[in-house]
Amino acid sequence: MMHFMLLFSRQGKLRLQKWFIAIEEREKMKIIREMTQSVLARQPKTCNFMDWKDLKIVYKRYASLYICCGMEDQDNELLTIEIMHRYIELLDKYFGNVCELDIIFNFEKAYFILDEFLIGGEVQETSKLSVSKCIEESDLMQEVSPGMKDTLLKVISFRQQPTSRVQCRCSCFTEGKKAQVQKDG
Amino acid sequence: MPAPIRLRELIRTIRTARTQAEEREMIQKECAAIRSSFREEDNTYRCRNVAKLLYMHMLGYPAHFGQLECLKLIASQKFTDKRIGYLGAMLLLDERQDVHLLMTNCIKNDLNHSTQFVQGLALCTLGCMGSSEMCRDLAGEVEKQLKTSNSYLRKKAALSAVHVIRKVPELMEMFLPATKNLLNEKNHGVLHTSVVLLTEMCERSPDMLAHFRKNEKLVPQLVRILKNLIMSGYSPEHDVSGISDPFLQVRILRLLRILGRNDDDSSEAMNDILAQVATNTETSKNVGNAILYETVLTIMDIKSESGLRVLAINILGRFLLNNDKNIRYVALTSLLKTVQTDHNAVQRHRSTIVDCLKDLDVSIKRRAMELSFALVNGNNIRGMMKELLYFLDSCDPEFKADCASGVFHAAEKYAPSKRWHIDTIMRVLTTAGSYVRDDAVPNLIQLITNSVEMHGYTVQRLYKALIDDISQQPLIQVSSWCIGEYGDLLVSGKCEEEEPIQVTEDEVLDVLEGILVSNLSSTVTRGYSLTAIMKLSTRFASAVNRIKKIVLVYGSSIDVELQQRAVEYNALFKKYDHMRPALLERMPVMEKTSTNGPTEIVQTNGETEPSILETKHMPSVPQPTNQANDLLDLLGGNDVMPVIQTAPPTKLVSAGGELLDLLGDLSLSGGVPAPGPPVSISQPPFLLDGLASQPLFNDVAAGIPPMIAYNKNGLKIDFAFERSNTNPNIAVITMQASNSTEAEMTEFVFQAAVPKTFQLQLLSPSSNIVPALNAGTVTQIIKVLNPQKQQLRMRVKLTYTHKGSSLQDLAEVNNFPPQSWQ
Repeated sequence: MMHFMLLFSRQGKLRLQKWFIAIEEREKMKIIREMTQSVLARQPKTCNFMDWKDLKIVYKRYASLYICCGMEDQDNELLTIEIMHRYIELLDKYFGNVCELDIIFNFEKAYFILDEFLIGGEVQETSKLSVSKCIEESDLMQEVSPGMKDTLLKVISFRQQPTSRVQCRCSCFTEGKKAQVQKDG
Repeated sequence: MPAPIRLRELIRTIRTARTQAEEREMIQKECAAIRSSFREEDNTYRCRNVAKLLYMHMLGYPAHFGQLECLKLIASQKFTDKRIGYLGAMLLLDERQDVHLLMTNCIKNDLNHSTQFVQGLALCTLGCMGSSEMCRDLAGEVEKQLKTSNSYLRKKAALSAVHVIRKVPELMEMFLPATKNLLNEKNHGVLHTSVVLLTEMCERSPDMLAHFRKNEKLVPQLVRILKNLIMSGYSPEHDVSGISDPFLQVRILRLLRILGRNDDDSSEAMNDILAQVATNTETSKNVGNAILYETVLTIMDIKSESGLRVLAINILGRFLLNNDKNIRYVALTSLLKTVQTDHNAVQRHRSTIVDCLKDLDVSIKRRAMELSFALVNGNNIRGMMKELLYFLDSCDPEFKADCASGVFHAAEKYAPSKRWHIDTIMRVLTTAGSYVRDDAVPNLIQLITNSVEMHGYTVQRLYKALIDDISQQPLIQVSSWCIGEYGDLLVSGKCEEEEPIQVTEDEVLDVLEGILVSNLSSTVTRGYSLTAIMKLSTRFASAVNRIKKIVLVYGSSIDVELQQRAVEYNALFKKYDHMRPALLERMPVMEKTSTNGPTEIVQTNGETEPSILETKHMPSVPQPTNQANDLLDLLGGNDVMPVIQTAPPTKLVSAGGELLDLLGDLSLSGGVPAPGPPVSISQPPFLLDGLASQPLFNDVAAGIPPMIAYNKNGLKIDFAFERSNTNPNIAVITMQASNSTEAEMTEFVFQAAVPKTFQLQLLSPSSNIVPALNAGTVTQIIKVLNPQKQQLRMRVKLTYTHKGSSLQDLAEVNNFPPQSWQ
C-alpha cells in the first residue's frame, strides 16, 4: 500500500500531496521537507529507490516535476514506477501535453484524476481509457459556475451558430476543456 | 459584497509575489475575505472559496477554518460543490480532526445517491481516510455496494472494504460472502481491486487463508486469469509496452505467493504458470522486469521445485548484469532475502555482487555490501576481504561503521590464520579508525591477548601505525594498551613475523606522552595512555624516574578521571612500591564469553549484525579500578576487614577515603537516622556488585535461630537471620538494640568488623536513640557475604551516651548459629 504521494518542483515547491495514512499535520510537513531534501539531493544517474525509515521511497523526475511515493516493504518498486508513469500519462491525456503550470493552475483536477486512479493507496483501475472517460463524464456533470451564466449568454448571443447547440471554449472556464451549453441556457 | 475572486486569479496573483512576505500578505488578505464570506453563509461562492483555501493550504498556510465549510459543501446538492467538498475533506478532515465524524451521515446518504459519480466520491473518501468509527458505521453500506452489478462502483467498494478491514479487522468476516463471485468479473478494475481485497484478507487472517485455499479453490481461479492475461492477444485498453495489464499480473502473483507459502498443494498448482511467466515475459522494458521481479519473489517464497528456484536465481543473476540501475538494486535486495535459503546458488554470482561495490549509486553500494558480508565464508575469505577492505577505504562515511563491524565479525569467524586476522584488524583501524564502534576496542584487545605468539608482531605494527597518525581514537586506544602490555617485546626487538624495528624506551615514552598531551585525544584515550605509561614502569628498566614524573604531573589534572588514576599510581610508587611489579604484570589470557571459533566454516547468516560483537563481554575493565580493588584486598595489615559504614545517599565514598577504613581510625559520622525501611544505598566500588545492589529480601527465614550478640549494662543486642534470595552466600542480619535501664541511650552507634574472608555491609540504623525500659529498639541491617563458608566471627564496637557520660565497649561475637554461615 502506498503511504503517500507527493509532487514537487525542482525548487522544492509542493504541487500535490496525497496521504493514505492518518498522521499529524506537523508530521506531514516534516516528511514533505525530508522527502524534498533527500530526493533533490540525489545524483542524476542513481537508481530511483531510497530507504527511509521502514518505507521504500520511489521517485521519478518528469521535466521540472518530481513524483515521490512512499511504499511499504511488500510493494513492488518496479511496479510503483509504472504506477507513477501511468498517473502522468493520465494527466497528459487530460491536459494535452501536460506541464507543471497545468498542475499548478488546475490542482483540483489533478486530485480528481488521482482519485479515479488510486483509492486507499491501491490502484483501482488499470485501464487508461476507463479513467479518462470517467473524468470526462464527471466534468460534464459539473454545474456552470455562478456569474458564468451571464457571461456565457452574452458570448453565445455574440457567436450564434445555426445549430441548436453551441460549443464554446473560453479561457475563463474552470470546468473541463469543453462545455456544452444550451442556447436557451 | 463583490464576488470573491476566482481560483485561477488568486493563483496567478500569488505567483507574482516576489518575496515570502509579499505572498504572506496576499494570502492573509484573501483569507480575511474568505472568512467573512464564510460568516455570511454564502452558498453561491462557497465552492470557490474552499477551492482557494485548499490552494493556500498546499502552500503551507493554515486552513482549519474551512473544515466546517467542507462539510456544508458535501451536504450540498450540487455536484461541483460535492466534488470540492470531498476533496477538502480528504485534505483537511482526516480522522484526527474533531469534526471528522460529522461526515458520516453525508457519506451514508451519498452512498445511496442516484448518480454513480456521487456514490463514487463517497466511496473514495471513505476508502482513503475513514476513521474506525466511520468504517464501523458504514461497513454495511460498503458491503452492499460490493454486490452491485455496476463495475464502476464495485471496484471502489472493494478498495473501501480493504480500508475498512485495515482499520477494523474484526469486520473482515462481513465481507466474505460478497467475495464469492468477485473473480468472475470481466472488468479489470474489479478484478484488480478484488485481488487486493483477497490479499488483504489472506494476509490478516490465517483462517481466511485456509478457507480461500480449500473451499474457494482460489489458486486455480487465479492461475486461469493469469494464463488468460499472458496468452490473450493484444488488448489496447490494458496494454503497457506489449504486456497485458501488468498491474493485475503483479497483484495476482503476490496473492499466489501468500497462498502458496508453506502449502505444498497450492505451490504445486502454480508451478507451471510461474515457469511460464518467468520464461515468456518480455524483459526489455521496466514493465516486464516488474513482473519478473514479482515472479521471482513468489518462487522463492513458496514451496517450489528446485528447477524453478534455480530459474529464479538465474533471473536475478541476469538482473545483476542489467544496465538499468533500478533492476540491479532490486536484484541485490532479492538476493539478500534469499541468501540464507539458497546460499550456494547465490554464491555463484559472488563476483558480480562484489563488482557492485564499486557502483556509483549509494543505494546499490549499501545492498552490495550487506550481501557481500552474507556471502563470506571460509573458502572465499581472503579474496572477499581484499575487496571489502578496498571498499572500506573508498566508501562514504555513512558506510564505514557498518563495514568495519562487518569486517571484524567476518574476520573473527573465518580468519585463516592469526597473523592474517591481526593484519586485517590493523588495516581497518588505520583506514577507518574513527568510525569503528566503541565496543570493538575491548574485543580487539581480547583478541590480541589471546594470540600469544603474535604479541611481538602486533605491538610492532601498532607502534608503527601510532607514529604515523594519532587522530583515530580506537586505534590509539588499542595501540596504547598493547604498548603498555608488550612494550618490553617492542624494545627488545622480539618479532618473528617481520623485521624488528629498533626503538628505544624513551622513544616509546615520547609517543605515549605525545598522545597524552595532544588535543586530538579524547579522555578515554588519555586514560589508556596514562595506564600504559604506568605499566611500562615495570617493563622498562631505565625509565622509572621519567614515568614517575609524568604520573606526578597528572595528579593535578583538571580531568577527574586522569587525576584519579595519576593519584593512585603515585600512591603505588610511594607507599606500595613493593606491590608494583605484581600489580602491573602481564594480563592473563582472557576467556571469550561467546564462542565464534575462528576456523569454523559455518553457513553464514544473512545479516552480519554488529550486535553480535557487542554481546561479548570483556572481563577487562579499564585497569585502574582493578588495581584499586587489588590494593584494598592486599591490605593485609589487620586480620579484620575494614568496616564499611554506609554513607548518606548523596555522598559516594571516594577511593582515597577507603584506604583509611580501619576499625580504630573510623571517624564516626554515626548512622544517619533513616526513617522508613532501610534500602541499599550507593555502594563503595569495591563491594561485590551482588551484595550491594540487591534490595532487601524479607524472605521466609531459612529456619535460622536468632541469637543474643551482646548483653551488658542494660544494653542488649539481638541478631535475627535471613538468607538473601538472590545470593545464598549472603546472610542478612537484623540487629536490634534494646535498653532495659531507666535512662535512654543517645548517640548510639553500632559498628562491626569481620575477618578478611568475609565482606560486610551495614545499612543505616533506624535511629540513634535507644529508648529506656525496652520501650523500643534501634534496628539496623547487616549484610554478610561469606563465599568461603567459614565460621562467622564478628567484633562489635558500641558507643553511646548514657546518663550524661559517653560509653564505649568492644566485644567479640562468636556464638553464631551454624546455619547462619553454612
